[in-house]
Amino acid sequence: MSQFRIPGKGRVKHDEKVTFSFDGRRYEGLRGDTVASALLAHGIHLMGRSFKYHRPRGPVTADSAEPNALIGTSRGAGRFEPNTRATVQELREGLMCESQNRLGALSFDLGAVNDALHPLFPAGFYYKTFMWPRSFWDRLYEPVIRRAAGLGRAPSEVDPDRYASRYLHTDLLVVGGGPAGIAAALEAARAGVRVTLVDETPEMGGSLLSDPEVEIDGQAAWDWLAAALDELRARGVRLMTRTTAIGYYHQNMIGLCEKLTDHLDTLPENAPRERMWRVRATRVVLAQGALEKPLVFHGNDRPGVMLAGAAQSYLHRWGVKVGERAVIVTSHDSAWHAAFDLAEAGTKIVAIVDTRAALADELRAEARVRGIEVLAGHTVTGTRGRLRVASVTVNPVENGRVGDPRMLHCDCLLMSGGWTPSLHLFSHTKGSLQWDEASRTFLPGRMTEDCHIAGAGRGLWGYLDALSDGAEAGAAAARALGHAVEPTGFAVAHDRPGTGESHKELPTDRRSHRVRAFVDFQNDVTAKDLRLAVREGMRSIEHVKRYTTNGMATDQGKMSNINGLMIASDAVGKAPPEVGLTTFRPPYTPTSFGAFAGYKRGATFEVTRATPIDAFAEANGAVFEPVSLWRRAWYFPQGGEDMEAAVARECLATRGGVGIFDASTLGKIEVAGPDAVEFMNRMYTNPWTKLAPGRCRYGVLLGEDGYIRDDGVIGRLSDDLFHVTTTTGGAARVLNMMEDYLQTEWPDLDVWLTSTTEQWATVALNGPKAREVLDGLVEGVDISAEAMPHMSVAECRVAGFRARLFRLSFTGELGFEVNVPARHGLALWEALMEAGKPHGITPYGTETMHVLRAEKGFIIVGQDTDGTVTPDDAGLGWAIGKKKPDFVGKRSLARPDLVAGGRKQLVGLMTEDGAVKLEEGAQIVLDPDQPKPMKMVGHVTSSYRSATLGRSIAMALIEDGRAREGETVHVPMPDGVVRAKVTSTMFYDPDGERLKL
Amino acid sequence: MTRYSAFAVVKNALTGHKGWREQWPDAEPKKEYDVIIVGAGGHGLGAAYYLAREHGITNVAVIDKGWLGGGNTGRNTTIIRSNYLYDESAKLYDHALDLWDGLSQELNYNVMFSRRGVMMLAHNVHDVQSFQRHVHSNRLNGVDNRWLSPEEAKAFCPPLNISKDARYPVMGAALQMRAGTARHDAVAWGYARAAAARGVDIIQNCPVIAIRRGPDGAVTGVDTAKGFIGAKKVAVSAAGHTSVVMQSAGVRMPLESFPLQALVSEPVKPVFPCVVMSNTVHAYISQSDKGELVIGSGTDQYTSYSQRGGLPLIEHTVAAICEVFPIFNRMRMLRKWGGIVDVTPDRSAIIGKTPVKNLFVNCGWGTGGFKATPGAAHTLAHTVATGEPHPINAPFTLDRFRTGRLIDEAAAAAVAH
Repeated sequence: MSQFRIPGKGRVKHDEKVTFSFDGRRYEGLRGDTVASALLAHGIHLMGRSFKYHRPRGPVTADSAEPNALIGTSRGAGRFEPNTRATVQELREGLMCESQNRLGALSFDLGAVNDALHPLFPAGFYYKTFMWPRSFWDRLYEPVIRRAAGLGRAPSEVDPDRYASRYLHTDLLVVGGGPAGIAAALEAARAGVRVTLVDETPEMGGSLLSDPEVEIDGQAAWDWLAAALDELRARGVRLMTRTTAIGYYHQNMIGLCEKLTDHLDTLPENAPRERMWRVRATRVVLAQGALEKPLVFHGNDRPGVMLAGAAQSYLHRWGVKVGERAVIVTSHDSAWHAAFDLAEAGTKIVAIVDTRAALADELRAEARVRGIEVLAGHTVTGTRGRLRVASVTVNPVENGRVGDPRMLHCDCLLMSGGWTPSLHLFSHTKGSLQWDEASRTFLPGRMTEDCHIAGAGRGLWGYLDALSDGAEAGAAAARALGHAVEPTGFAVAHDRPGTGESHKELPTDRRSHRVRAFVDFQNDVTAKDLRLAVREGMRSIEHVKRYTTNGMATDQGKMSNINGLMIASDAVGKAPPEVGLTTFRPPYTPTSFGAFAGYKRGATFEVTRATPIDAFAEANGAVFEPVSLWRRAWYFPQGGEDMEAAVARECLATRGGVGIFDASTLGKIEVAGPDAVEFMNRMYTNPWTKLAPGRCRYGVLLGEDGYIRDDGVIGRLSDDLFHVTTTTGGAARVLNMMEDYLQTEWPDLDVWLTSTTEQWATVALNGPKAREVLDGLVEGVDISAEAMPHMSVAECRVAGFRARLFRLSFTGELGFEVNVPARHGLALWEALMEAGKPHGITPYGTETMHVLRAEKGFIIVGQDTDGTVTPDDAGLGWAIGKKKPDFVGKRSLARPDLVAGGRKQLVGLMTEDGAVKLEEGAQIVLDPDQPKPMKMVGHVTSSYRSATLGRSIAMALIEDGRAREGETVHVPMPDGVVRAKVTSTMFYDPDGERLKL
Repeated sequence: MTRYSAFAVVKNALTGHKGWREQWPDAEPKKEYDVIIVGAGGHGLGAAYYLAREHGITNVAVIDKGWLGGGNTGRNTTIIRSNYLYDESAKLYDHALDLWDGLSQELNYNVMFSRRGVMMLAHNVHDVQSFQRHVHSNRLNGVDNRWLSPEEAKAFCPPLNISKDARYPVMGAALQMRAGTARHDAVAWGYARAAAARGVDIIQNCPVIAIRRGPDGAVTGVDTAKGFIGAKKVAVSAAGHTSVVMQSAGVRMPLESFPLQALVSEPVKPVFPCVVMSNTVHAYISQSDKGELVIGSGTDQYTSYSQRGGLPLIEHTVAAICEVFPIFNRMRMLRKWGGIVDVTPDRSAIIGKTPVKNLFVNCGWGTGGFKATPGAAHTLAHTVATGEPHPINAPFTLDRFRTGRLIDEAAAAAVAH
């Protein structure tokens, strides 16, 4: 048995041993222990080193607010995490723990030299130094600062664990499983409300777990608790332990992080480590209790100095005495109860030192009964002990004068500066906080969400108040949900309500600059630092926080904010609310990235959209490229071809015979309704009224600013039905834009918009033999050149499938695009491949598609345009319906700078040496010899080797480009200047003869 | 102004640091100023500093509704770079970068400008084309920016995952070595201290209720929570709330305000040497000198003035970080927060004159205002002092949305085909 464990006491399983290691040494603990409670049971308080001064530190709390006892935890490869709170991490078999932020051993840390030099490192010293000589910042100062900072080491391996996420809808969410939360859940559940109750710890009960002496409704606290939880379960309340409400978002959405495996000895197969819940609750009860405040005095940070409430928890929950000789220093009654409980457990209480001169008679009487010395009206002026507190100096205070010191020997010092409501989640909602002068604390003010706050969160100490208030909050929530209910009353015996007073730093007889009284333990912020910040003009609490880093440690100010505010407001000379409280931000406690990411990792990071024909590409060795969410076949290499060879082959085969291309990713939108044509007229630049059913037109879509947003061929199937195609990446954006206009600008139009991208599989056939391939497969329409000219559309059957057949071309060859229901896409493809076999049909990918279209000067929106290109700039002026009264972007096209000279226009570029291919994105200048910064007149938008032409071709946006046709421009590259001639963008078959087949 | 130095720190250590004076006085408003700047962020305070230092105009007040540096100056992810595409932007941000260099010495306040390099990842062919265009353009503009292969990117930033099997594999990166980060609060404080030392009044917790105009339409001053304060000229530099302030002068601004979220992890020892940005997966990350991973998110999808963001966007951001840097999965988020960014139709800033005589505006910085701080402040000061824009901010007019001469950086990279 460990020296400090009390046999049989606490809620741990005394018959179930668990072994773990700390800094390489093996220890034994009990099932139900935290790392902190297990180490304390072995008499170990020293668990870490502070951030700046590397001072030795031990746990100051028994909960998630812990600033000091941070350790690295590991369970093997890939499963290491730094900065784990030893007070929260449950023991599991084989858990490996290490201390952090030390140079050498934890007990002999060379980094502690900083502590000796502390006068040189006051708050904000780094803003005043490290500026000379200037070059030293990059090379010396910053690297040294960076190495010194940080706590634990980052993980270095990929995390093998999984994470999950879920949605939950509930009538009432109760946050906090203490007495107020349980009472609220009971009340609401009895009224028939669907309730979810969450608590961050492994066990519901909150402070009741540390106060077994209390009696509720005639039952011992723990019996009442067990019965209450049974009833909640029986009533169908969802009880979630190890579940932290991390953030409170708009409209009662709460994020919960549930820990599932960190406490288990062995990892279950395929179970997620953590699960993020997005909860939408109709009502919320926040019953998060209160946080105990440390007292601020010289040496309040040594190992062995801890909150009195924490010592009480270690005793009752884990059966651990935190020391043999304790001194209590307090300004609140609650610490007295901790002292009495510890005394009963056998710890020698050297003295109860209370800052208050006037004390309740009952407390004095109880102390007397136990033979405990009481020092009222006293202060603490210092502690001693290198790695553990060994003594404490106390002095009487009379009329503000600090009297003679007296030294008390001890091995632990238990402090309490009173309690402050935990209002973090309430603060996330931007609810206002109100300063309560009587209790000198902030209480919840105006609410912005449908929530109730109960218990200690409203400044109500004591069990009767907490239970009654919880029940009232539960009843109020039930009433708001339409249930009639009157809250139940409670009878509580041995209640411990308590009062206290609130302090800035305790009075001292030391010279003020010799006092090192810590406010933020982890970040080593002292009261002196806070006063320095104020002296330097930091009068807002936000400035004080940022200048000193007070409240910015991993406990996010749970330990330090209120003490910091008391000291800062005293220094400023204003009331605390005028100095203000910093905003609490989510998450409530540090939450793993994995939990936020959830299942969105690797292949499921974002969905990969694959076409119905993807399996063919996969089976035929295609190389893929990602295009927005899609993966598209890029090219189909054969027999060891590289990309260039494959693309050249695919191009030549298409121009010489027939190529087949999977165009299913093209966006497709069905525009239907009596006003469909009017809608199209208003959206696109082109005129649509006279487009006959059965015909197609290339449409251009602009933004309000007059710049090209999207394009595509649009077929009119009937008077009131258009089949619109968009770019692959633009599909969702175009539909959103259309819906936006339809719903907000033109609600008078009778039009329906439907995305059909995934309903149709689209296969393009291009090349002089395209019709021959198709001929035997088409039923119901004549596809001869006369009956179905270029830019036609027909509904028919292809290969036996219902189809929308387009005759159009993005290659300059005779072309068809066959749309069939997506489920038949692969069968259609295979039928076309089979029919094309005699003609040498060749599958091609997106790269060949790009080359073929560039040879014809067809643009790709987003590549040859960049959001600053008008139709005229792109050579598409012809696509603007000149007589139309309006269309999106029309007004902008008339703006002065859009009609001025000097606009960049899309032109062709031919390098003087056809073997040289320009780089896409390369910049164009007129004078290559000018100094930098050079005057650039444009850039290369597209550039390819054209197998058809036997040379390179490029497209470029160049200032006044069309007027420069025939001129030579220069492209300065790192390894020399490339000369190129400005040409038309039509490199191949300029008269379109090949379309006439 | 007490001069800051290591020597001064040592000297003060001997007297318990009692000798330090306030860095800037908390001023009460005078009756009238030559110039009032609305908004005490880095831009506004910097403009006051440059007005005093470069133009000799010291009868200046900077007024803020809250505490100085409390808006986006204190909420951003501190990335500084200048590798922008268009000449106009490249010149402006490079001007800022020139001023960042040596700003600590100039202000005698260590703003910790850290030239650790900013690397932008390309995840698809479109990104490659777009970044190559930036690299080429920057090279000819004399702006530092170079192209890295995936392997070179990994060597520069070891936590990077360059597996070809990633959902969005890294296909290369553009690196600006001269870029980096700075300590954001120190920028506001440093400018405040240096401006105050030259006579500028900094008036905090004093909301501006309206901009007042005289019978001739020109600005006469501002109505504030502390009463009317006269001014010959007024410059508004109020980020997400600029549209509200300008409305009071009868100027409707082409701005939309969105929440923008950011977060930090718990602090760890150095693990991340540079800044990495990925537009495609929407992730921005660096490690602060304190050891926290500093991560930026995209703007929320809805316009808002509330400094709260939603959960889904943060989930996406963190997922993106873990996708690109899988070793960070078990790191923990310490804190996340939101700021309000003001976005113009072309997502470039407005610095210059307004239709109202003697009223100037600096706004529309969207997600990128911090890096511009010295440049924006410097050119705004020039514009206010002389009544005409500096050549560097001349293209960034309010008028361009009428004439159409947009500077659309985002559009140049945004459309996937």
